[in-house]
Amino acid sequence: MEIIKINKKDWNGGLAKSRKAYRLYGPIRVADKYFSEFGALAEDEVPDMSATDTRLSPKSIAFPPSEVMLEYTLDENSEDCNIMKVPEKEYPHRAIIGIRPYDAAAYLLVKKNFDTSEVRDPYWCDAYDACTFIGLAVQEPSLLDFSTSTNSGPFDESGLDVLLVDAGDSYLAKVITDKGKAYLKAAGWGKEAGKDAAGKIEALKKKAEAKIQSSVSFDNIRQKSVMELFEADFWEDTAFACMNCGTCTYVCPTCWCFDIQDETHGKKGVRLKVWDSCMYPLFTLHTTGHNPRDAKVQRVRQRFMHKLKYFMDKYEDGIMCVGCGRCIRSCPVNIDIRNVCQLMNG
Amino acid sequence: MLAYIDKIKEISGKLLKDGKVDMVIGFRKGSMPMMNEPCFVREAADVQNLVWDSNCGINLANYLAGRKEKIGIIAKGCDTRNIVTHIVENKIKRDQLTIIGVPCKGMIDRRKVSERFEKEIIEAEEKNGSVIVKSADAEDTLKKEDLLQDNCSICIHRNPVIYDELAADLVEEQKDVDRYADVRKIEAMSAGEKWRYFEDLLAPCIRCYACRNACPLCYCPTCFVDESQPQWVGKTLDPVDSRTFHFLRAYHCAGRCTDCGSCVRACPMGIDVRAFTKKLEKDALDLFGWEAGMSVEERPPLDTFKPDDPEAFIK
Amino acid sequence: MENPYLPYPVRIDDIEIATEDKSLKTFKFVFINKEDEEKFAYKAGQFAELSIPGKGEIPIGIASSPVEKGFVTFTVNRAGLVTTHLHNMKKGDVMGIRGPLGNWYPWDLLAGKNILIVGGGFAFTTLRSSIIYMLDPENRSRFGTIDVVYGARTPGMLLYKDELIEWEKRDDINMHLTIDSPAEGWAYNVGFTPPVTEEKAPKGDENTYAIVCGPPVMIKFTLPVLEKLGYTHDHIIMSLENRMKCGFGMCGRCGIGKELVCKDGPVFTLDQINQTPREY
Repeated sequence: MEIIKINKKDWNGGLAKSRKAYRLYGPIRVADKYFSEFGALAEDEVPDMSATDTRLSPKSIAFPPSEVMLEYTLDENSEDCNIMKVPEKEYPHRAIIGIRPYDAAAYLLVKKNFDTSEVRDPYWCDAYDACTFIGLAVQEPSLLDFSTSTNSGPFDESGLDVLLVDAGDSYLAKVITDKGKAYLKAAGWGKEAGKDAAGKIEALKKKAEAKIQSSVSFDNIRQKSVMELFEADFWEDTAFACMNCGTCTYVCPTCWCFDIQDETHGKKGVRLKVWDSCMYPLFTLHTTGHNPRDAKVQRVRQRFMHKLKYFMDKYEDGIMCVGCGRCIRSCPVNIDIRNVCQLMNG
Repeated sequence: MLAYIDKIKEISGKLLKDGKVDMVIGFRKGSMPMMNEPCFVREAADVQNLVWDSNCGINLANYLAGRKEKIGIIAKGCDTRNIVTHIVENKIKRDQLTIIGVPCKGMIDRRKVSERFEKEIIEAEEKNGSVIVKSADAEDTLKKEDLLQDNCSICIHRNPVIYDELAADLVEEQKDVDRYADVRKIEAMSAGEKWRYFEDLLAPCIRCYACRNACPLCYCPTCFVDESQPQWVGKTLDPVDSRTFHFLRAYHCAGRCTDCGSCVRACPMGIDVRAFTKKLEKDALDLFGWEAGMSVEERPPLDTFKPDDPEAFIK
Repeated sequence: MENPYLPYPVRIDDIEIATEDKSLKTFKFVFINKEDEEKFAYKAGQFAELSIPGKGEIPIGIASSPVEKGFVTFTVNRAGLVTTHLHNMKKGDVMGIRGPLGNWYPWDLLAGKNILIVGGGFAFTTLRSSIIYMLDPENRSRFGTIDVVYGARTPGMLLYKDELIEWEKRDDINMHLTIDSPAEGWAYNVGFTPPVTEEKAPKGDENTYAIVCGPPVMIKFTLPVLEKLGYTHDHIIMSLENRMKCGFGMCGRCGIGKELVCKDGPVFTLDQINQTPREY
C-alpha cells in the first residue's frame, strides 16, 4: 500500500494545482458559527480541515435537495411539445476533500439503491462516478460517534480513494484506488512517506477507535422476524416524542428517499427529483385518502425498521447507518437511534 | 427550577394512582447534554423517570391535539398558553386535562452554549442559576440568563396562565423587557433592505418543515404546502417557494402564536423562524390589544368580529 | 442502460368511456417512435407510469395484452390530479408512458394449471390482460380450466362488457359475472363477489391457482372463501397498490417491509403478503 507524505506547507498549493483537473468540494466553515457545511469550494477557498461533522451530510453532492431530471415544453408550436427530454448534464471530475470516512462509506450503502443490476439512476450514478473521495481520518470522534459498530469507523477506507491522516505538520495520504492516485498526482503530491508511515497510521487508528464511547449491536435483529419486530410493544413509547419533522432523514448520509415533481414556468417546465421523507404523511398517502402509514408511530417505526432491519434483510448486509450521530444531534426531541437499536436487538 | 421535580413526581404519581388521569405527559432524561425527551408515563411507579430542568423547551401542548385519554400535562407558561389555544380551537377538552403548572425561568438554547466552545460539549450541569459546561478541552461556568432561548429572555408570562396543580410557587414576571426591539429594527428597514433581510434569513432553509411540525398551532390535517389540487407551493429550494411557505405559515399563526420558540428550537438549520411570527404577534397586540392563549373564554381576534375592530388597513 | 425516468412519447389513439358513471375511461395509446413498442415488451400483470408533462405521473396496470400488437391500453379511474387531467385530454394528444414496471402474474408457474380469476369493480384491468393472453390460440392449450368471477355494482359498471359477453359464449372459459342487486335484462348472477365465488368457483388443489384483484372490502371477504374452497396461501395470487413515484424501486415510498410494491411486486402470493407488514 502506497503512502504519500504531504507537508502541510504544500497543502494549499497542491489543492490549487489540482483545480485544473478537478472541481473541489469540502467542509466550509459557516461564518460566525461553530459548525461547517459541505459544499463546492470557491476559487480561492480551502476546505476546513478542522471541521467536525458537517451539519448536513455530504450526500447532496450526488443527491441534491432538488435536481432537474427531465425538461419539457408545452408550446404547441414546438414539435417536441409534451415530449420529455433529458437535459445536457456535465459531470466534471470532482475531488471531495476532507470527507469523513463514514460519510464516504454511506455512499456505498446508498449506491445499493441507485445502482442495481437491473436499473441505474443516471443522475446519482454519474455524479458519484465523477467523485474522487479524499477522506480525512477522524482522530477526535464526537460523543455521538458509533461508527465502529456499524461496519465503518473513523479510519474506514471502504468508501474512499485516498485516506488522509493528520500527522501534525503533514498529512499521511494512504492511496486506496487508482482514482485516488490520479488525484494526488494532479495535486503534485508524490513524496513517499517513510517505512514507518503504515505503522503510524495503524497506531493513530487504534487510538481513535479507542476514543469512541458508544456503540450499537444488531446481531439479534438479524435473527428476529420482520413481523416480530414490527409488532413489538416499544414503538408507542419510542415514537411518542417524535414531531415527524423529518430532520433526521434530511441530515442522514444514508437516507435516499425522494419525490418526483413537475414544475412549469410559462410554457417550459422541468421534472425534478426532490428530497422526501418517510416521516411525512404525504409520503404514502393514496389518492383515495387511504394512508397505510397514517399514524406517527407507523412512520417512526418505518424509519427504524428500514434502517435496522429491512435493509439488512434485503441486501444481506449490515444496517443502513454508518454511525455518524447526526440524527441524534439534530433531533429536536432527542430520539436516539442507538436506544432504538438496543430495543430492537433486545 | 431543579427543585421542582420532586413535587412534579409527587403530583404525577398521585394523579395516576388515584386514576384521575390515564397518562402524564412530561420529560425524561435525554441521551445527550442539554437535551430531554418528551415522554408519557402511565404507571405511578414510572414517574421516577420524569425530569425537569432548563432543557425542557419543547412545547408539550404539541402532544395533546386529538388525544382521547384523560391527561396530566406538565406545563410551563408558554405550554399553558398553547393548551388554552388548543381548548379554544377544540383540539382538546378542558375536562380531559389536569394541568400541572410549572413556573419557569427560561429554557437554555443549546446552540448558544455550543457557540462559546471550540469543541463539542460533553457535559452541562445546572446549579443555582449557573451552568457548568465541560467541552472536550475546556470547562466553564456560565450564567444561565446569558444562555436563554431568545423568546425566553423577553418572556412576560413565565407562570402558567391555567393550571390545576402547581409544582412550585409562582415566580416574579419579568418587567421592563423590550419585547419587540428586533421587530422594530426590521420595520424600520427600507423595502429593499427588508427583502434582503428575509432572503438571507431563509437562505439556509431546506424545506423540511420542522418548524411547522414543532409548532402546536400547526395541526391542519393537510397543510397548504402538501395540497396537490391545487398545488399552491413548489417543493424545491426555489427562494420564492421557501418564502411563500414561511410567510403563509406565519400568517396562519397570526393572533395565535404565543412566542414559545418551538419553531426556532426545532429548525435544523438554525433559522430564526420567530422573525416572521413575532411581527404578527406584535400586530395582534398593537391592533387588538391581544395576547394569545391567555383565556379560554375569548376567541382570537382573527376569528371574531367586533364593531370597533381597526379598519385602517382597508383602503 | 437507458434513463429509467424518461417516458416513451405516445399519442392517444382512442378514448372510450368504460363505465356508465363515466368515472373510468379506457385510453388506447400508440408509440410515436415505432421502436419504442418493442422496448415496451410487457407481460400480463405489469403496470406503467402514465406521464403528463406539467402534471406528473400515475402508475396504472396495463389493460391490453402482450398478444395485442400495435398499441397499449389503460383503463383509468378519475381520482387525483393526473387522472383528472388525463380524462380531459383528447384523441391525438401527446403524452408519455414509462415502463413496463413491476413483476407479473407468474406465467411460468401457472402453465399447465387451472386458473381461477376473481375480480371486483375497476380492478379488472390486468385481469383482462391475463384472460386475453390465456385465451390466445397460441396459449390456450398451455392452461387447464379457466374460471372468472367478476362483480360490479351494476351491469354498467362492469369493465369491457362486450368482451365479457363474448367470453360468456365460449366453452373454454367459465364466466361467473355478478352484480350487487337485480337489474332489468341481467341474465347472470346477482350478489356480492365472495358468495358467488363460494358457489361457482372450482375447489382449490395443488393444480389450481387463484388470482384476486379488487377493492379492499372484496378482498377481505373473498380470502376466507378461497381458504374454505381449499386454496392454500401460496396458491392465492394478489396484486397490491401503494403510492408510487419512480416505479422501479428507488424512491422508497411503496415499501411493505423489505419488499417494494413497485419492483418486487405488485404481484405477491398471499403467503408472501402474510410475512410483510400490512402497509398497503
